[in-house]
Amino acid sequence: MGRAGGQFVADVADWGEGMVKPRIVVGAHYGLMDWLLQRITAVVMAIYTLIFAFAVLGLKEVNQATWQALFSGGFMKFATFLFALSLFYHAWVGIRDIYMDYIKPVAIRLVLHSVTALLLIGYAGWVAQVLWRL
Amino acid sequence: MANRTVRFSIYRYDPDKDEKPYMQDLTVELEPTDRKLLDALVRIKAMDDSLSFRRSCREGVCGSDAMNINGKNGLACLIEIDSLTWPITLRPLPGLPVVRDLIVDMTQFFKQYHSITPYLVNNDPPPERERLQSPEEREELDGLYECILCACCSTSCPSFWWNPDKFVGPAGLLAAYRFLADTRDQATSERLDNLEDPYRLFRCHTIMNCVDVCPKGLNPTRAISNIKDMMVRRAV
Repeated sequence: MGRAGGQFVADVADWGEGMVKPRIVVGAHYGLMDWLLQRITAVVMAIYTLIFAFAVLGLKEVNQATWQALFSGGFMKFATFLFALSLFYHAWVGIRDIYMDYIKPVAIRLVLHSVTALLLIGYAGWVAQVLWRL
Repeated sequence: MANRTVRFSIYRYDPDKDEKPYMQDLTVELEPTDRKLLDALVRIKAMDDSLSFRRSCREGVCGSDAMNINGKNGLACLIEIDSLTWPITLRPLPGLPVVRDLIVDMTQFFKQYHSITPYLVNNDPPPERERLQSPEEREELDGLYECILCACCSTSCPSFWWNPDKFVGPAGLLAAYRFLADTRDQATSERLDNLEDPYRLFRCHTIMNCVDVCPKGLNPTRAISNIKDMMVRRAV
């Protein structure tokens, strides 16, 4: 393709039968948000780990009652829920990356993607139920 | 310096004759003037002309003689024989189909390179002389334009091994950033669209093998992170 005339990306692909046709290469227009959110959720989890560590170290003794009291506070509920959502989203991107790297047949990959995503959504509901039961 | 004998173990495969690849052990007598690995390979070729490898400029400019040397990709013409442990094990670049012996089929590598539009896109009428840049704007291209496309980086990248048809690879992405960073280029947005893809760009997991092996000392990982940075600035 020439340099002038506003033509962008043109790759040459063999479309079978020896016919070579220009092929426009474009991205799938996603990927940035997953990558960015994986980093943001990592920060959220790091901060929560510190909060959690200090909260547990601050307990006089660790038993069912103090444990329940710790998580029944509004702030701790909110922070823990945020942590769980971050963990699940982070895990989604990470596991999906592993599937994309190593699982070649598209049908199997699609099934694995779906099962993983649905499981993680289910876990998120479960976490909410456990937390707000306290 | 006296003549010295060096032991080699070289990957051999001739698809016309061999059922499968094998490693050939051999020793070669080197002259005192033989300093680089390529000198030894030329010496071996004189003994056994069936050994096939690519080479051209023999001084690290053309990028033809990239191969896997003692487990690490590099250019045979730049690596000192005396810096290597024996036997010197030579294999073709990993992850690409072998044509014969140390020669690989680079089609997939160049297909990815072509997919990023590796030339300046500027639709303004060309000025009478050149499109000017300030020295600072020109400096942005340092560490990017020097790539010789030897494929040492892309063929050492596990993400490129697993998805050579979908992941652009470190060499292609370095070239992509070379044009994104160029103030004379007008296709920034199209270039970012072209790369915003979970495979094309985001298969990079910052393993940094590319930085480790680049014979020109370039840093594709930094270029990739600069591309992500441009995407974030565009989207957020």
